[in-house]
Amino acid sequence: MYRYDEFDHDFVNARVAEFTDQVERRLAGEITEDQFRPLRLMNGVYLQLHAYMLRIAVPYGTLSSRQLRMLGHIARKYDKGYGHFTTRQNIQFNWPALSDMPAILADLASVEMHAIQTSGNCIRNVTADHFAGAAADEVADPRPYAEILRQWSSVHPEFSYLPRKFKIAVTGAERDRAAIQVHDIGLHLKKNEAGELGFAVYVGGGQGRTPMIAKKIKDFLPEQHLLSYTTAIMRVYNLYGRRDNKYKARIKILVHETGAEEFARQVEAEWAELKDGELRLPDDDIRAIDAYFAPPPLVQRPDGDEAVRLARLDSKGFGEWLDQNVITHQHPDYAAVTISLKGIGEVPGDASDSQMEAVADIAEKYAFDEIRVSHEQNLILPHVARADLKAVYDALVEIGFATANSNLISDIIACPGLDYCALANARSIIVAQNISKRFASHERQREIGELKLKISGCINACGHHHVGHIGILGVEKKGAELYQVTLGGSGDENTSVGEIIGRGFGPDEITDAIETIVDTYLRIRLDPGEKFLDAYRRAGPAPFKEALYAGEIKAA
Amino acid sequence: MKILTANRLADGEAVWFAKDGSWAESIDVSDVVADKDKDGEARLEAIGKAAFENNAVVDVNLIDVDVVDGVIVPQRLREKIRAAGPTNRTDLGKQARPEASHAA
Ligand code: SF4
Repeated sequence: MYRYDEFDHDFVNARVAEFTDQVERRLAGEITEDQFRPLRLMNGVYLQLHAYMLRIAVPYGTLSSRQLRMLGHIARKYDKGYGHFTTRQNIQFNWPALSDMPAILADLASVEMHAIQTSGNCIRNVTADHFAGAAADEVADPRPYAEILRQWSSVHPEFSYLPRKFKIAVTGAERDRAAIQVHDIGLHLKKNEAGELGFAVYVGGGQGRTPMIAKKIKDFLPEQHLLSYTTAIMRVYNLYGRRDNKYKARIKILVHETGAEEFARQVEAEWAELKDGELRLPDDDIRAIDAYFAPPPLVQRPDGDEAVRLARLDSKGFGEWLDQNVITHQHPDYAAVTISLKGIGEVPGDASDSQMEAVADIAEKYAFDEIRVSHEQNLILPHVARADLKAVYDALVEIGFATANSNLISDIIACPGLDYCALANARSIIVAQNISKRFASHERQREIGELKLKISGCINACGHHHVGHIGILGVEKKGAELYQVTLGGSGDENTSVGEIIGRGFGPDEITDAIETIVDTYLRIRLDPGEKFLDAYRRAGPAPFKEALYAGEIKAA
Repeated sequence: MKILTANRLADGEAVWFAKDGSWAESIDVSDVVADKDKDGEARLEAIGKAAFENNAVVDVNLIDVDVVDGVIVPQRLREKIRAAGPTNRTDLGKQARPEASHAA
């Protein structure tokens, strides 16, 4: 795991001191809100409906037990006993007082964490595949590159006042679990025929008001050019990205309006000036960062198969969890575990102080001290010996985190929505809770199979509804909540943006509508192997429209 | 009808301008201005502006409410949720603190 060097420590401590001073001056009335607002945002402090909100960066979603324990401590001491893991692999606290921010940031700094660049028009937390360094299908760990990008982009003077915020995601596997094609820059780490590492570079993807799928502008960028090429992209964007209209300021609009080919040409021209300069990464530097991400000492644990076999016989719940929440690891004696933060009827992504501490303990005992936050708002234990899976399962059962629903319909992404968010038009959480309860039966969920349902409380799309197999967008219509449903979205290597199926549904209708959609899928699928998304792509919207609205059309 | 709301600077707590001239943690005691009372609205706006400039509160807004059986009810759901707390966590926010939600 990456450890701060002296520079990182000094930098973060200096920022804590600076912001502490700014908060004190604000509370003393020495600086105005207009002066303070951009400063607090640079440090992750938002104002929401009920209180301030603090968004803390979890670089590429990687946490140690010590760090997670500190998050639990902050939840208890300064908040109301819980935190919310987000689709950007970060964590948010919903209730901290402004006057407590300096103390919180100092506590965070003590475990090498901060809230810098979790807001504002800068390069935000770089996200990565949550199974990085563990998944069997991975070419190489993408996190060293995410870390290089993090170091380079932290308070980068040239890129701190971009036209708009900027999000980068990296994956190291063919199967994209980081949704790279809906990011401003998406990097797919791969090997060329000579076995060298490099990236396919995607640019101009995004969700929000104008969803766009990123365009691939380079097939293979050798790894040593990561920063020079990214800088070239940023420069083109910084120069030509629109600053006159907030809604047209993201790079996706620039790429769209310029055309991917022309945009790529401009980047190449810029890059030609940079590629052999100081931004070229020396091999030694890359390998030095790599070393921080070396896998833990995965000793042989050949007793795993037998242990798992016996435990399965013993516990139906364990078997279900194993089938749903445990994936193949690079090492045959190990597995990667998804800890579901989506218990039936629970708030997606929320964890209490004691749950965080318990997960930290489990990770320390059984998972080499490492936890990941997934963009799907779950936690991951990337390295667990198969022989220890039952013990991990039992410990998760204790804290209500053993729901066997990874990738099933109740594994819902939901943004905070109108229950917390100042920008929201409608609630998200309650919709997720109701759908989760409706589909509570594990057998029924298994029967339905893989189904990604994602909910946003406004068009900003923090809940990724555009790329949900089923997406739900909350809008406000005549003062009431209305939920628009999209079908056929996907945020993987075959990214697609969901299509609006028809008129929206009120809060009392939306759960039934989702059930109708699911029942329609079950009826039309060719066989149980045909997943929801595949069935939709084959059959199109017609059968779903018919099921949802036929009565109305006839009546009209 | 309109009332004045904001968030307190130091802790972000949602507050409403009360009849007694304070910023209350409960909507129930708000200073309500009747429909079409432009002078009343201007008075509240001036109070809000002054409180913002004095660094007492931030995010000051005049919001629409109805008074139903003597109870102040915001028109927008957003403001209803601000006045009560998250609808999925009735153990949090004003709704969990009877002394705040029924200060009147
Ligand atoms: S999608 Fe909208 S409502 Fe949901 S968290 Fe983002 S800004 Fe808030």
